[in-house]
Amino acid sequence: MIDTLVPVMTQVCGADYVITDPAELRTYECDGLTSHRSTPGLVVLPDTAGQVAGVVRACAAAGVPFVARGSGTGLSGGALAPGNGVLIVTSRMRRILEIDPHSRRAVVEPGVTNLAVSKAAEPFGYFYAPDPSSQVICSIGGNVAENSGGAHCLKNGFTVNHVAGLEVVTPDGELVWLGDGTGAAPGYDLMGAFTGSEGTLGIVTKVVVRLTRIPAAVTTLLAGFGTTGEGGAAVSAIIAAGIVPAAIEMMDALSIEAAEAAVQCNYPQGAGAVLIVELDGPEADVAAETAAVREICESTGATEIRAAADPAERAAIWAGRKSAFAAVGRIATSYIVQDGVVPRSALQDVLDRIAQLSASTGIRVANVFHAGDGNLHPLVLLDEGTDPEVAEELSGAILDLCIEHGGSITGEHGVGVDKAKFMPKMFGEGDLDTMQLLRCAFDPRGLCNPGKIYPTPRLCGEVPGFRRGPHPLAVAGQADLL
Amino acid sequence: MTSQPATGGRPPPRSAAVPDALAQACANVRQAGEADAVAGVQPGWVAAPASVAEAAAAMRAAAELGLSVVPRGSGSRLSWGLPPHSCDLVIETGGLDRVIEHAHGDWVASVQAGVTLEHLAEVLAVRGQRLTLDVPAPAGGGQGTVGGVLATGMAGPKRLRYGTPRDLLTGVTIVRPDGLVAKSGGKVVKNVAGYDMGKLFAGSYGTLGLIAEATFRLHPVPAAVAYVSTECATAAQAAGTVAAAVQSPLQPSAVEIDRPAPGGPIGVSVLLEGNPAGVPARVDGMLGLLGGGAAQSPTPPAWWGHGAGDGTLIRIAFWAGRLESILDAADAAAAAAGLRPVMGGSPGAGVLYAVIDGLAEPAAVASYVTELRNGAGHAAPAMLPPVRGSVVVLAAPPKVRERVDLWGPTPAAAVMRSVKHQFDPGHRMAPGRFAGGI
Repeated sequence: MIDTLVPVMTQVCGADYVITDPAELRTYECDGLTSHRSTPGLVVLPDTAGQVAGVVRACAAAGVPFVARGSGTGLSGGALAPGNGVLIVTSRMRRILEIDPHSRRAVVEPGVTNLAVSKAAEPFGYFYAPDPSSQVICSIGGNVAENSGGAHCLKNGFTVNHVAGLEVVTPDGELVWLGDGTGAAPGYDLMGAFTGSEGTLGIVTKVVVRLTRIPAAVTTLLAGFGTTGEGGAAVSAIIAAGIVPAAIEMMDALSIEAAEAAVQCNYPQGAGAVLIVELDGPEADVAAETAAVREICESTGATEIRAAADPAERAAIWAGRKSAFAAVGRIATSYIVQDGVVPRSALQDVLDRIAQLSASTGIRVANVFHAGDGNLHPLVLLDEGTDPEVAEELSGAILDLCIEHGGSITGEHGVGVDKAKFMPKMFGEGDLDTMQLLRCAFDPRGLCNPGKIYPTPRLCGEVPGFRRGPHPLAVAGQADLL
Repeated sequence: MTSQPATGGRPPPRSAAVPDALAQACANVRQAGEADAVAGVQPGWVAAPASVAEAAAAMRAAAELGLSVVPRGSGSRLSWGLPPHSCDLVIETGGLDRVIEHAHGDWVASVQAGVTLEHLAEVLAVRGQRLTLDVPAPAGGGQGTVGGVLATGMAGPKRLRYGTPRDLLTGVTIVRPDGLVAKSGGKVVKNVAGYDMGKLFAGSYGTLGLIAEATFRLHPVPAAVAYVSTECATAAQAAGTVAAAVQSPLQPSAVEIDRPAPGGPIGVSVLLEGNPAGVPARVDGMLGLLGGGAAQSPTPPAWWGHGAGDGTLIRIAFWAGRLESILDAADAAAAAAGLRPVMGGSPGAGVLYAVIDGLAEPAAVASYVTELRNGAGHAAPAMLPPVRGSVVVLAAPPKVRERVDLWGPTPAAAVMRSVKHQFDPGHRMAPGRFAGGI
């Protein structure tokens, strides 16, 4: 079936940019989350928005599912294409089309990396604020699909707060602009609804991003505490003092140990927790807030406080934190990265419960988290002999804890295929049905990135209610019921 | 991507009596009076539910009866947009008046739709926090309710730094046109699980359903506040001054301008907020940037906060770097139409408002709007996006409304109609009020 599309795809993209070789196709079988795999039927690498539209029109005409992929760094299996589907890779579309410093806007193609936008804006005194930790390689198109955050989104917001216009190819192959770059376009905010829709509503082909003034001053503090409880108390006190830090990150003893082994970050010895607090803004404000944060850390029991005096020292402080995920590979044979959110005020309770889960299963959990916004990244460590199923269960139990505390099953990694089964725990049937009305408006045939986010696809046009028998899309092989 | 025009039978002719199904659904239903008219359209009944469950029951009853519905908050902006094609039932949210939760340690608050911004501000201030939506209040009125402000997507000067309602919304509970209650998002600031219905409902003018509850991200009330203001003789000077303020690293929360008459002097005022140890230094820096005539004050100038004027209220959105040409285009349009609009707003955020006297000749207002649309909002050839702005008439006297295309061209209107059709297949929610004929 899919082979019949090769001639038209070749005509649209050029022979060099249509991949049919099975070995080459397998290089696209997973994204950053390697536990889910699916080899696409066909991979195409279009160079322009017009080519993306041509590819999508061909898929739509043939009734073939299609999936967009940027740099493939996603952590929820969101960019997997089924064996009977086409994977549309945007990595050739990496032109920065315009930088308008006076309007504080840049217009870029979806394959441009996150960091490349900031680099291009830097000579004008600006940067692109969302900074997912994969920013060196992850693409803006992927960021839009996932509504990516990063360590600094407590103060600066997420991708959706920094996008002002999107050119998209709709699932029937039409090119339209959602938003006009102003942030005040007439009509529904489809741009806002599209951002974070994980590639299920269409394919982004151009993005107008907002640029942010590079702050005059930045200070980064590293504070060591005896326990995460003490560190958490410091976070609460900082928030209560009305200070909005650019970032507040916490690591527990196990993740410190791992980072130390990997990058010798030289964090305070014997600390049960470290807190990284970054403050940015105008000079005098930052100086006053830095002094206040120091005082708070001291009064809540910090054993040691260091301040970075220059970018090199700042990088040294961040090195441990940024290496944490990979670093646990040094102290375990493999690991599962979890991404959940709890209200900040429930952090300590949830950490205690995670510790109990860890103790009862004998599986170690290292905790790294964005303490300011309650976004946890527990790392479930698998050792020789650890039952992977028990580890998966533990990882899932952590999400249950997040839901129980009024939080979310994902703060920034997305639902993808990985967490679709948790959606009904967080949302009711009516909630999920309502969300999918939007899907029906964009993609009534369910061809665009099928099987993601929602465990049960909505049949568009049907009357809400209980469905009897298997879903027609599932029968047709266009949707996986997870 | 198809959309269908309004289908299905129109409701039975309105009788004076409240239909039984409606009366059973909601304890507080009455016949509508003249004061309940929506942009000149007389509704049949007004329902005032006291709970989300009752609101849902009223919406379900309206669906069963095939009634067209317009949600109403405080009614302060009810005359905005186009008159509905039909309005059988007004659902008034004043009874949904609970601040459900202020989780001050988490910087979030959950509130029902009928809570006024003023009441919410009082509750949040107890813990030194605020919802940063400084929506300008119409003369003699309040800022409006949470639901109304969300539905119109209205924001004030602080949008420069904090964005508009959609940026501050973390979760929303809505009642669908079929009466089903649905939520999206949640009460944590960081959350990417599922589609964000809040984005869709913010600024939707009641055309997709009823906003019942909302959760917002909050900010601390700054300990120090100062305004630095000056006056510029020309559009070029004002544009330079605004650019200097907005592009400075002094972190302005708002940069506002005011031009009381075409071609006349332009007031520029900058709001600086933050730490008492930092604001004075920033005030000094801003005084330096704004030049000799600038002065500081603890309070805003009298003209601060545009977007609530009487008469014809027009919103001009543009890429901020084009401020000078927008001001010039507005002057040219005013001269051609023989009008003297008052201009002002948030140029750093790319939003200005023009207010034209309510007694102005409708044909002249129509010509002004047309000229402005021709003169503003387009990119240079071959640049994308090709349309880079809009001119929307937010409110106008009935005679002007008849002469002017209020919403103007709406990119992606076909997709929007498709969304509308999915949520409201009977086209009963505020039909015809919105952009793109929705």
